[in-house]
Amino acid sequence: MTQIEPSRRTEADAAALAPAAAVAGTAPPIATEDGVIGARSDAGWIWQLASFVLVLGAWEIAGRWPISLAFPPFSRVMTALVEMTAAGDFTHAYAITLPPLVVGVTVVGVLGVALGIAMGLSRGFEWIGMPLMVVLQTAPIAALIPLLTYFYGVSATSKTAAVILLSAPIVVLNSYRGIRNTNASLIDMCRCFLGTRLQQVTKIMLPHASGMIFAGLRLGISAGFIGVVLAELLISPTGIGDLISYNRSIARYDKMFAAIVSILALATITLSVLQRLENRLFRPDHAVS
Amino acid sequence: MTPRSLLDRVPSGLSLVVWAAVWELIGRFGGVDLIPPMSSIAVKAVEIVQTDSFLEALAVTAQAFGIGMALAIVVGIPLGVAMGVWRPAEKLLNVWVNIFISAPLTALVPALMPLLGIGQTTVIATVFLFAVWVLVIDTQAGIRHVGSSLVDMARLFGGTRTQIFFKVLLPGALPEILTGLRLAVVRGVKGVVIGQIIIALLGFGELFELYLQNFLMEEFWALVFVVFALAFVLVEAVGVVERRFDFYAGSR
Amino acid sequence: MNAMTRPLPAKSPDEGTPIVRVEGVAMRYASGVTALDGIDLDFPRGKLTTLLGPSGCGKTTLLKIIAGLIRPTAGSVQVEGRPVTGPGPERALVFQDFALLPWATVLRNVAFGLELRGTPKAEREAIAEKYIREVGLSGFENQYPNQLSGGMRQRAGLARALTVNSDILMMDEPFSAVDEQMRRKLQEDLLSLLQVEQKTVIFVTHSIEEAVYLSDRIVLLSRRPSRVSAIRDPGIPHDGPPDQIRRDQRYLDTVDEIWDTLKQYLQ
Ligand SMILES: Nc1ncnc2c1ncn2[C@@H]1O[C@H](COP(=O)(O)OP(=O)(O)O)[C@@H](O)[C@H]1O
Ligand SMILES: [Mg+2]
Repeated sequence: MTQIEPSRRTEADAAALAPAAAVAGTAPPIATEDGVIGARSDAGWIWQLASFVLVLGAWEIAGRWPISLAFPPFSRVMTALVEMTAAGDFTHAYAITLPPLVVGVTVVGVLGVALGIAMGLSRGFEWIGMPLMVVLQTAPIAALIPLLTYFYGVSATSKTAAVILLSAPIVVLNSYRGIRNTNASLIDMCRCFLGTRLQQVTKIMLPHASGMIFAGLRLGISAGFIGVVLAELLISPTGIGDLISYNRSIARYDKMFAAIVSILALATITLSVLQRLENRLFRPDHAVS
Repeated sequence: MTPRSLLDRVPSGLSLVVWAAVWELIGRFGGVDLIPPMSSIAVKAVEIVQTDSFLEALAVTAQAFGIGMALAIVVGIPLGVAMGVWRPAEKLLNVWVNIFISAPLTALVPALMPLLGIGQTTVIATVFLFAVWVLVIDTQAGIRHVGSSLVDMARLFGGTRTQIFFKVLLPGALPEILTGLRLAVVRGVKGVVIGQIIIALLGFGELFELYLQNFLMEEFWALVFVVFALAFVLVEAVGVVERRFDFYAGSR
Repeated sequence: MNAMTRPLPAKSPDEGTPIVRVEGVAMRYASGVTALDGIDLDFPRGKLTTLLGPSGCGKTTLLKIIAGLIRPTAGSVQVEGRPVTGPGPERALVFQDFALLPWATVLRNVAFGLELRGTPKAEREAIAEKYIREVGLSGFENQYPNQLSGGMRQRAGLARALTVNSDILMMDEPFSAVDEQMRRKLQEDLLSLLQVEQKTVIFVTHSIEEAVYLSDRIVLLSRRPSRVSAIRDPGIPHDGPPDQIRRDQRYLDTVDEIWDTLKQYLQ
């Protein structure tokens, strides 16, 4: 999990899986823990509200000051957001923006995950694929997006390609690491009880990697959002990217910011829903955070 | 010799040469104008890096990247420290940091242009926006990671708050801060390139645009690989420093 | 678990033939570390033999070699007279870090060895239930490992090793990640269990007291590169109540004597 989370997260995961020596006495039943979670998120609500009020309030004040005519206050942006929603601007824009994103992420979710798993299981695939993926992950691949028009023209295919290009490395690498980081002693255990290689893969490695693969997909979607927005800004002025550029060109900055807020919010909500799903599916012991 | 032990002996980076060879073949016999042979790209790369336009673009890019990163460090680390040591700061800002670290910040670049002008300032702001959040999160995680028993120890020996901060907390958080810095560099490099290609008037963005408009594929790919290589070297350089301090990361 | 005694070799038909024989085993890792340097050892049938040595001396390495998980760089291991080339059904291992699947319940974890062998679900769960009861984990079948204490996790690990019904039980510092009181309890329970289950046990520990308390035979390993430095036979009968052993004069004497022997390595 290199890109987005605090770096030591991988080690923290490993530590959480390895039975801690210090654990003594039975863990409290889940029910009690749920109670604690409830209590915590109650207090958290207030803080979150305060946090939104603070930042959005600062935006409002800065916008009214005004810092610049190109920086409308939050309230104006919200009004524009409501207007545009009512006018169906967003429905129209996202009907164009989202399909390439979904297709691209699906392609990466199938092929990228398969490639990552192959690299985790086979030395050959690892040797040939790993250095390339590492380089691609640090490289500013976005530089290639303008080139895509030469391959696929100004089309949805170009956008899909942009999504794939930006999201593939992290998905492949996370799948690879998920397989590779499998607890060595679980593998020893499987061999010791005469498990076959196939059983090792299906009963130990894949379940073990599933959490990390899912996290990779989440990061891939985050990169995919960047890819599709970039493609719409750079090569194919359609969808939400066009909504942003067009309103900038006619100096309707409130509408421009409304469009930006909408895509940031959409990405944030998608990713946090996925994060919750991930916690629930793969890390019941971490559900608190 | 089994294939496994054979591969153990071949340095893994060498597979990049295999990929380059595949590229060469596609370039020579694939019949795609967009993909010139790797060898001619390499020759072109050597030519390009000596041209004035490249050096100028490099200078402009380095300046934007340097200033943006410096701002990200100056803002990000103290913010991360504040959020690490002071609960209210964390509770007020955590949501926003987590939103911005994974949101498509590319969408914000067009909004920066009317505010900051279509030029270097916007690119600097892009670098800053891309780089700062991961620094905040990793610094915060590092401060948290310093065991409370270390802090208790320092207090029992009569350490002042300043002493505890500079002699225990900061060195204790250093491994994470350095990791955050490496990731910030990765993101900052992406930010500088994205900012430049959106603006398309500056630095490498201008050169990319120029080569593409004139269908100079060899030049385009040469520049792409040079930029990739620069990014990789830069990130690895931070990685070297990071690994030097990793020895105590596991035992805090 | 009453007065059923563990079979004495004298009554066994295979008397004299060790069940596991280690001959000239040496292990040098690719990193250049020589963990083992010419180990010759016999493990008598039906006995609990302990490998005792300081941390890092190569106990786990030797156990993994006997288990067939890694191959020694020199020498060989025979089980029932047949050379070991890999893991086998007659050997089961209990892991220092428990090696439980975090995503599986206790029941599935305990039945996992049988699952790998393709035993039908109903049958393997019935067997697992039996051993879960035997190790004292009843009522926890549907808990996940992270809901269990260290001691309970190791009970699950032990139950899993028992389900596959192998003659040789290998245990790698099984109780080292458990607090002292739980550790004593687990030691007592292990002895009681072994009075029912007739196993040859190869037990690894770095605790002198644990070794003397549990063992029929103690193999002292020197520091790395490891060799067999001495073999002790405490001669304490294990067929009585387990809590009597710590009062036995032979227990106290053997602990002292082994400490005197090992002290010299610490300088
Ligand atoms: N896979 C490995 N590669 C290299 N060295 C190893 C490996 N496993 C163990 N060692 C080394 O071999 C020595 C013995 O290790 P081990 O058998 O685990 O000792 P013990 O179980 O007695 O504590 C140690 O110095 C350890 O560092
Ligand atoms: Mg060991």
